[in-house]
Amino acid sequence: MTGDAYDEHDKARRFRDAAMPHLDDLYTLARYLMRNAADAEDAVQECYLRALRHFDSYRGPAMKPWLLTILRNVCNAEFARRGRHEIPTDLAEEGATAEVPMWQESHATPEAALLRQQNGDTIRRLVAALPAPFREAIVLREINDLSYHEIAEVAGVPVGTVMSRLARARSMLRAAWNGAEGATA
Amino acid sequence: MNCAEAEILLHALLDDELDAGHSRDVEAHVASCPGCTEKLEAFRAMRAAMASANLKEAAPASLRARIEASLPVPSARIIPLSKFSRPSRRSFFGGFAVGSVASAALAATLALAVFRTDLDRSVADDVVSAHIRSLQAGHLMDVVTSDQHTVKPWFDGKVDVAPPVVDLTAQGFTLLGGRLDYIDGEPVASVIYQRRKHVINLFVAQRLGAEHATVTTRTIQGYNVRHWTAQGLDFWAVSDLDGEELGEFVQKISAALHPPGSS
Repeated sequence: MTGDAYDEHDKARRFRDAAMPHLDDLYTLARYLMRNAADAEDAVQECYLRALRHFDSYRGPAMKPWLLTILRNVCNAEFARRGRHEIPTDLAEEGATAEVPMWQESHATPEAALLRQQNGDTIRRLVAALPAPFREAIVLREINDLSYHEIAEVAGVPVGTVMSRLARARSMLRAAWNGAEGATA
Repeated sequence: MNCAEAEILLHALLDDELDAGHSRDVEAHVASCPGCTEKLEAFRAMRAAMASANLKEAAPASLRARIEASLPVPSARIIPLSKFSRPSRRSFFGGFAVGSVASAALAATLALAVFRTDLDRSVADDVVSAHIRSLQAGHLMDVVTSDQHTVKPWFDGKVDVAPPVVDLTAQGFTLLGGRLDYIDGEPVASVIYQRRKHVINLFVAQRLGAEHATVTTRTIQGYNVRHWTAQGLDFWAVSDLDGEELGEFVQKISAALHPPGSS
């Protein structure tokens, strides 16, 4: 009993200290994967519950990528349950980003050489409009600030795939970026 | 190197993921290719714009509360053995420590359980807790400067060691400053470095645990921990940086402390 009580209390404390600081990172990825606030909140809460259950056997990697991996699994399980892979997003509702042919490389005209200025809301919308694997890679890199190695762990793909996804994601983003409404040269 | 290869690798260059050799190759290609130069600049500008747009979403307070409520509550403070001999221990969970007679009794029985774990391990846990605590807003640094000659004297009279402070900026580890912290009830110096956005706390104290001639490696709660002893001092490096890079940091610190031919 004594040992169990020690373990349980110690575990609760260690879990809070280790896991709670990453709440914003988890919520951000959930927003971009689940694409709306209510689903994102549910996914993050489920992620914390699962993480606590597996905390005993946790031996690494770093806490943030570990939690993000669990979160990604939660989101994918939810997609599977709903029987579809994508759901409408509240991040990209306005604007016609989806119609922008993002998979086309922008041709290097002198104007395109400059990156246009975009505000935070437009950038969010552009990122949210990327196809899932590219959106995930760019969010993990640019917002969650993971290394390539960590992104590979979270997404369950080789580092080479991470590199090509990021390259592709940024090319798509750049093309959409310069073509987006409200852009100023 | 051709443009197709450079196309992928220039992202790795931007993300600081290339070793020196590959960086040179990519940079050489970019320098000779206007098309790739333009791409590199555009992607660099895009990264900067994304970074300054602060895209991280703050979790709603209601979500935080919901998660907090679903986690078990640590109802009694776990008091390490050292607590009994050193009442000066400063604790993050100090508020929980003073409680009812019942919780004091529980703490006493819990402390017995600590006998089963080795002292070094509990110090390592303490070091990680101190690291986590330091990451909370406003707790990281007492003295903020990238100048090693400011950090070192700042510790004078605050701790009973003169922690070595070295400038590793050129090697990719930026000196952020210093902080006074407490580990196991003893004041220790923490010298704070940063690689990309990863904070490294280098705790320096007179021997806290057992002697370690070699570097010991641990992962606690996902934080990488390196511990070694040198010059009669205990060094603990803690970070969420991956193990390899933290290893590199330890190497650079050790090398700076023992320049070739100095001993």
